[in-house]
Amino acid sequence: MNAFFERKYIIQGIFIVVAVIIATRLFYLQLIDESYLLSANNNVLRKMVIYPARGVILDRNGQVLVQNEPVYDLLVTPREVRDLDTALLCELVGIDHEGFLKRMKTARDYSPYKASPFEKQIPAAAYATLQEHLYKFRGFYVQNRTVRSYPDSIAAQFLGYIQEVNDRDIERSNGFYRPGDYIGASGVERAYEELLRGQRGVKNVMVDAFNRPQGSFADGKYDTLAVAGDGLVSSLDKDLQILAEKLMRNKIGSVVAIEPATGEILTFVSSPSYDPNMMVGRERGNNYMKLLYDPYKPMFIRPIQAQYPPGSVFKVVSALTAQQAGVIEASTVFNCPGGYRYGGGRAIMRCTHVDGSIPLVTAIQRSCNTYFGYTYARMIDHRNLPSPESYTLWREATMKFGIGQPLGIDLPGEQDGLLPTADYYTKRYGNARWGSGYNISLSIGQGEMGITPLQMANIMAIVANRGFYYRPHLIKAIGEKKIVKPEFTEKISAGVDAKYYEPVVEGLSRAVNVPGGTGYSVRIADIEMCGKTGTAQNPHGADHAVFFAFAPRDNPKIAIAVVVENAGYGGVWAGPIASMLVEQYLKDTITLPKYIQDRIYNADLLPKQDPQKPAESVKAAPKRPTEPRKDPEEESIFVHHSMIASRYE
Amino acid sequence: MNSMHRNRFFGGNVDWFTVLLWFLLCIIGWFNIHAAVFDPQHPGLFSLETNYGKQSIYIFSAMLIAIVILIVDAKFYSSFSPILYAITILLLIAVLIIGRNVGGNQAWIPIGSFRLQPSEFAKLATCLLLARYLSAHSTKTPNLKTLIGGITVVALPVALVLLQPDTGSALAFFALVFVFYREGYISGPWMLFGALAIMLFVLTLAFNQWIVIAGVAMTVGLGIYYFRKKRKIITSLAAIFAIAAVYVLCVEFVYENVLQSHQRNRIDVILGKIDDPRGEGYNLNQSMIAIGSGQFWGKGYLQGTQTKYNFVPEQSTDFIFCTVGEEWGFVGSMVVIGIYLTLLLRIVNIAERQRTAFARIYAYGVASILFFHFAINIGMTIGIVPIIGIPLPFISYGGSSLWSFTILLFIMLKFDANRKGIV
Repeated sequence: MNAFFERKYIIQGIFIVVAVIIATRLFYLQLIDESYLLSANNNVLRKMVIYPARGVILDRNGQVLVQNEPVYDLLVTPREVRDLDTALLCELVGIDHEGFLKRMKTARDYSPYKASPFEKQIPAAAYATLQEHLYKFRGFYVQNRTVRSYPDSIAAQFLGYIQEVNDRDIERSNGFYRPGDYIGASGVERAYEELLRGQRGVKNVMVDAFNRPQGSFADGKYDTLAVAGDGLVSSLDKDLQILAEKLMRNKIGSVVAIEPATGEILTFVSSPSYDPNMMVGRERGNNYMKLLYDPYKPMFIRPIQAQYPPGSVFKVVSALTAQQAGVIEASTVFNCPGGYRYGGGRAIMRCTHVDGSIPLVTAIQRSCNTYFGYTYARMIDHRNLPSPESYTLWREATMKFGIGQPLGIDLPGEQDGLLPTADYYTKRYGNARWGSGYNISLSIGQGEMGITPLQMANIMAIVANRGFYYRPHLIKAIGEKKIVKPEFTEKISAGVDAKYYEPVVEGLSRAVNVPGGTGYSVRIADIEMCGKTGTAQNPHGADHAVFFAFAPRDNPKIAIAVVVENAGYGGVWAGPIASMLVEQYLKDTITLPKYIQDRIYNADLLPKQDPQKPAESVKAAPKRPTEPRKDPEEESIFVHHSMIASRYE
Repeated sequence: MNSMHRNRFFGGNVDWFTVLLWFLLCIIGWFNIHAAVFDPQHPGLFSLETNYGKQSIYIFSAMLIAIVILIVDAKFYSSFSPILYAITILLLIAVLIIGRNVGGNQAWIPIGSFRLQPSEFAKLATCLLLARYLSAHSTKTPNLKTLIGGITVVALPVALVLLQPDTGSALAFFALVFVFYREGYISGPWMLFGALAIMLFVLTLAFNQWIVIAGVAMTVGLGIYYFRKKRKIITSLAAIFAIAAVYVLCVEFVYENVLQSHQRNRIDVILGKIDDPRGEGYNLNQSMIAIGSGQFWGKGYLQGTQTKYNFVPEQSTDFIFCTVGEEWGFVGSMVVIGIYLTLLLRIVNIAERQRTAFARIYAYGVASILFFHFAINIGMTIGIVPIIGIPLPFISYGGSSLWSFTILLFIMLKFDANRKGIV
């Protein structure tokens, strides 16, 4: 012990004071300030979005039309990138150095601290090799998601496609969609977007200091599961669709087949088509532009967007509405001297034959222009009403057959067709004293009348049902509970009593099954198919071949319309196609002579002479005289999906 | 050494309480090193390849060393202290020539797979020689000449360590100021003066130099007003002001022109002059997040996300206290601090019960060095002192550090066990 013994207390005092200072500081850090706990959680917590599997679409027999396939997005957090082997990464991802710099710049511009996509939709095979090396690429990580895959590469326009959401989609969805999400852009994908998309899940993942996932947070207590989208059962018959697409190869046109008893669409072909797988994956952008600038407009959904003067099929409607109006009967006979004279005999609407006295059944069978010229004249001129009023009655009766208005199919972008109002003619002729002679071409479905192939097939369905139809639709059941939309179970009357259909059906039957009928060459043994060839006038080139039919005559199972553009006479091209499809559907076999089949399969009817402006040739009418459109863009029959969007709002 | 001696040694003269505290700290260290290097992806079994596996060996060998130290005759340490000191100085010179550069410091001599850090052992040798030197003069009244001699003993290794440059380890030697204070070489007012100097130093760096000088002027002005009747005090206050002003300007000059930029940055982060949680402040920020997020009970053993997922750098060495704070919370932190404080106070008590000046001075040296490491290491993890890379005694991972502190402590325990004998 020496003189400075008491200094022990000072020293011990200093030790205690420092320990207390440290303890106080710890008290503040650990018990008072909550922000450190938050920061710690922010450090390790990453909310990973779990993308739900989009609903699968099956055909009516349960075969897969669209399914999902996993792909991988490579994300990068620029600030965390360190010691990067750029060459290796470029090689694995399949990009060059310039592409690498560009992607890094984009990512850095987005945020140096947040992950953003570096390369999207890396296929599973490429991902396998990338994953082996991923540990070397600090700051990079992978998020998997699924893309659409089409096992048979069919029904492109029917199924539509999905694409990344744009700003407008996000805005419109009230924040449901986030950048990078996918949304149905056309076809069924768009029409059933809300059902197909499912619900996103969130997984709280813990990451280490290098942002590598380390496991779930709090044993997944705060995670939400992704709910897969509803599956859809389509009305399509896959095998029939494949056959129809094969038959329509190298031809421009449409095939629509409907099951009359339900309105379910069995076949929906828009030709030329494209492989829907083109709209998936990394080449999507290029493929999309290719399709967009393809002169044959594969993205144009012809069955619902192309409009043609209906031609012969309209005579069927005309025969029915005229009977219902009481202006003709089944027994009514008109004389056909080879044409219908009108306008005081100064003008003539030619007929293809000279038949003399001809009753309704024969008029249908032989497609007599004269007969329907007289019929139309009676409808307009002989009802003790001013012409515009009788025209309006005629127009209303016609519209009940689904002409001049959308049928309400479950696909976006359906066109109305064309059927001018009485006002249009009153304006056009300056007064209301016009009569049937002023627009006599309407009597045979030419002139200012436009009809889509879908509407054409639907008219056949009405005739098959003898007076009613169900809204044609592509999706027959939704989700696991197989829900059917109520609007598709509603029976819609065409406004003509069943008894008036018999002469029409008889006429259509004879056209196919009696020697000399326009469809005799494509008749089907053992099946009484009722149908007719038609020719849709084309002011821009060769006429369009049309064939419409239903079969069998009693208790019909299928109604069909086939349009082959620029193919001339309907019996040669459209008839065999329809016949083969009907027989395949009803009997699962084709008896048509092989040389006819081969002729169809091998034919190349794409217009070669002027591929720059093929859209012109399918234009419905020279003018669109109904409700004046404001947007000149609307004139174009080609409808881009973005325009569909705006129209559907 | 006969059997009688050994019996007495194991029979009760060893301060078992201190040994227990030492053992607790080693065990706490092992568990926290395990948690710090624990990889949830590969939990694995015990492996000597891992840091905690190696630390087990270090702890075990430290126990053997401790036993050997307790067996060796106490005279050895005082007699051989000049030789030990000389060897250490040679090693410190050697490390500058053949040492391996780790993290910017030329501090390690590789011996096989093991890396020896001479600066750790320099503290021990310096303490022993300082004790021997001061005790040789303990019969006289403390005088300036002895003080300068003592300071020289300390300054030589400090200079060599600074050359590495390992500022942290060098600073640890300044803790020996407590030894000089206890032995009467430095008076209370000088200690206070030193504390004020440190305070002014920090203030100068935190604020503009002129503001600090103005503050000092105001304080002195108040003092002059209060003692306006006493001319003598006024004169000394004026002198103090002059010295303070010059000092502040010097500090500013040293800070701007002498310190290296990374040292300046570390100081700036502590003082809040730089707010850069991703750059210089990253270590400190992550460290405080780890400790702060532990809250009262902690997240539990192996449950610390900051620790487990490597957000805190140097987790098993300098920042080992983060693991304590995060996984064991406020409770665990208090336990560790409590053990340290108990150990420090115990050492001081042990020092005071020594019969020889040599043993007492050495024990104070041990207390000073442990205190400095404890205060600075934990202080830096919670952001009250700049980040200085020094280990937390007995807890941080590392053989050199554990062994040198163990030797330091057990030599003192040997002196204590032997205090009734003659050194």
